[in-house]
Amino acid sequence: MIQLLGDWLPQLLQGVLWTLRLMVLSFALAAVLALPIALARLSANGMLRLLAHLYVELVRGMPSLTLLFLIYFGLPNLGITLRAIDAAVIGLGLNGAAYVSEIYRAGILAIDSGQREAAQMIGMRHRQVLRFVILPQAVRVVLAPLGNFAIALLKDTSVASLISAPEMMLQARDLTSEYFMPLQIYVAVGVMYLLMALPLASLVRFMESRLGAGLPKEKAV
Amino acid sequence: MSEWTRSASMMPELLSALLSGALTTIEITFFSFILATVIGAALAIVQSFPATLPRAVIRVYVEVMRGTPVLTQLFVLYFGLAQIGIKLDPIPVAILGFGINGGALLTEVFRAGLQSVHVGQSEAAFMLGMSRLKALRYVLLPQAMRVVIPPLANYGVGLLKETALASAVAAPELSFYARNLVTKTYLSGPIYVMAATIYIAMSFPLSRLAQHLELRASRGRRAP
Amino acid sequence: MGTHAKGLLKRFCGRKDLNWPPGMTANDLQGLANAPPLITVSNLCKSFGGQPALDNVSLTVAAGERVALIGSSGSGKTTLLRCVAHLEKPTSGEVIVAGRHVGDRIVDGRKIVMLDRQLAEIRTGIGMVFQRFNLFPHLTALENIMLGPLKVLRMKRDEIEPFALELLKKVGLAHKAGAYPEHLSGGQQQRVAIARSLAMRPKLMLFDEATSALDPELVAEVLEVMRQLAAEGMTMLIVTHEMAFAEDVADRIVVMDHGTIVDQGRPADLIANPRHPRTLALLRPKRAANLRSAS
Repeated sequence: MIQLLGDWLPQLLQGVLWTLRLMVLSFALAAVLALPIALARLSANGMLRLLAHLYVELVRGMPSLTLLFLIYFGLPNLGITLRAIDAAVIGLGLNGAAYVSEIYRAGILAIDSGQREAAQMIGMRHRQVLRFVILPQAVRVVLAPLGNFAIALLKDTSVASLISAPEMMLQARDLTSEYFMPLQIYVAVGVMYLLMALPLASLVRFMESRLGAGLPKEKAV
Repeated sequence: MSEWTRSASMMPELLSALLSGALTTIEITFFSFILATVIGAALAIVQSFPATLPRAVIRVYVEVMRGTPVLTQLFVLYFGLAQIGIKLDPIPVAILGFGINGGALLTEVFRAGLQSVHVGQSEAAFMLGMSRLKALRYVLLPQAMRVVIPPLANYGVGLLKETALASAVAAPELSFYARNLVTKTYLSGPIYVMAATIYIAMSFPLSRLAQHLELRASRGRRAP
Repeated sequence: MGTHAKGLLKRFCGRKDLNWPPGMTANDLQGLANAPPLITVSNLCKSFGGQPALDNVSLTVAAGERVALIGSSGSGKTTLLRCVAHLEKPTSGEVIVAGRHVGDRIVDGRKIVMLDRQLAEIRTGIGMVFQRFNLFPHLTALENIMLGPLKVLRMKRDEIEPFALELLKKVGLAHKAGAYPEHLSGGQQQRVAIARSLAMRPKLMLFDEATSALDPELVAEVLEVMRQLAAEGMTMLIVTHEMAFAEDVADRIVVMDHGTIVDQGRPADLIANPRHPRTLALLRPKRAANLRSAS
């Protein structure tokens, strides 16, 4: 068994790297895309609000697997063919953007309206208020939920194996077809995920305790 | 002929196949939900007792389930157990897998619910001569439910979508049907759009219900 | 003892007679003292994280006796009460209620653990009224009162409902049977809480600062119910800050300070003859007023 684990380890570690790459890329895509969506949901323009809301509801209403299938298998019919890994990054990114935009929105809404008014009264324009007053404060509120999203995303990347994107679970599938020991292999894979998720989880807990304590609300007391 | 016009002519067959898959999706969701709720409530109750060993075991279970993808858990149950001679059918595997996975999440939810009830409530129950179990049943759980129901409903919405992964262990649910239809007809675009629409149609009322419950819980909370 | 104090003594004894249970005389009280105690607390110690809250406390309460525990906050009186109910586990020492040992104990070096079920059985005979009422918010006043008899004593609903309604009437809340706690004032909630305890027909009632969380104008209605209970001969152990009430209703006042009992006796004796500066400090305002009115 130890011998076998030694044989599998290089492939599993390769899987870890691929999984982390997939996670980081889709996280970045989600985090960036989410900002305009969140701002659109809070905008004064009714059309923008509606579109952003529709996006969030539609994406959150379907499984990420379905979204990946749509992108990977559906788009070629429109003449757009993507590599599996790209389809996975885009799918998980688009899916994640819907969730992250809600996190951003909650973060922005958590900032006291007095902040906005104070900034306006020193002559800032809407854009400046957002950029220099609201967003810097919202970042602190948003960090811990973003961490939780990252953990969920880490586990979600496993779905990408179902469109044969290279990551941990695909490596595991290759290994099982070679060694016919799915029990040991998938348990080993589970351990790998745990080793990635647990540090992330304690980081989130740390952020929750640190940033939670440093929020302006508590500071004022 | 474009795939969309072709699929339009096949609409009835495609739709009825997908809808029968959707029924299995609902079936898996329903039974996993029940299983997860039972596991979550039971473990949270065990955790509320002072014995340390069961608490440690539950802690490990929760961390492992929350730290690994549900897809990996399904594969262990389906391919892994088959290797040691325990062959389960896809649908039971899916129900078991999602139930055990969700049980960990709901253990935390129920635990938070029980902790939200003021300690004076259990003291008052104890002074009426209630045992721990009676205090839980008649005093603590009814009050914890106020806190538990909104996240429970949200979990249900998430679960409905998560069951799509059951297609990977060949459970004949919506995603599985969609994939099969695609391999038969090559109409990937329209079929996946239809599948997505059915998922949205199922999850939308559920998430509305969840929102409603959340709103009601935050408004109508009785003082402890 | 000065004449003032003698007058005071008379005054208090006189007033005590007003609250005497019907058909009971001073001789009966003497008899009570000889009966086996309902509560025996011996050498009780309790510390919280190394911080001692009770330091070798011993106390007995006879059946039918009303004992008031007074002392400044942090003196250990609430901890003592909660140890009697076993809501706090004593660090050492023992508590015996109605002849039964409460909590784990050590016999011949072996620890005998008290089962959840046995503890519940003992508590069935003890009523407790909390500072924060602790009514069950998901149940109406009537349901709060009936819950114990229904689920613990396994009585039938039609057996207990008339009694529960009678208790509600007794605490003056017959019209609030269907009300949820959130719709009751603090004083009303506390009266329902008392009725809830009484529904179990307890041998003993513990009151943990029952009026401390109440607005001043609501204190009297709760004290009135407690006074009535005392008059009926209920054994009561009362932690209170209401000195006038303690002097008036209690057969004995126990003064606590820094986790120990520093003084105790009949209210009149204590006032006339305080042996500890704490007693004086706690009872003096009242005493001064009485002296003034007596002269």
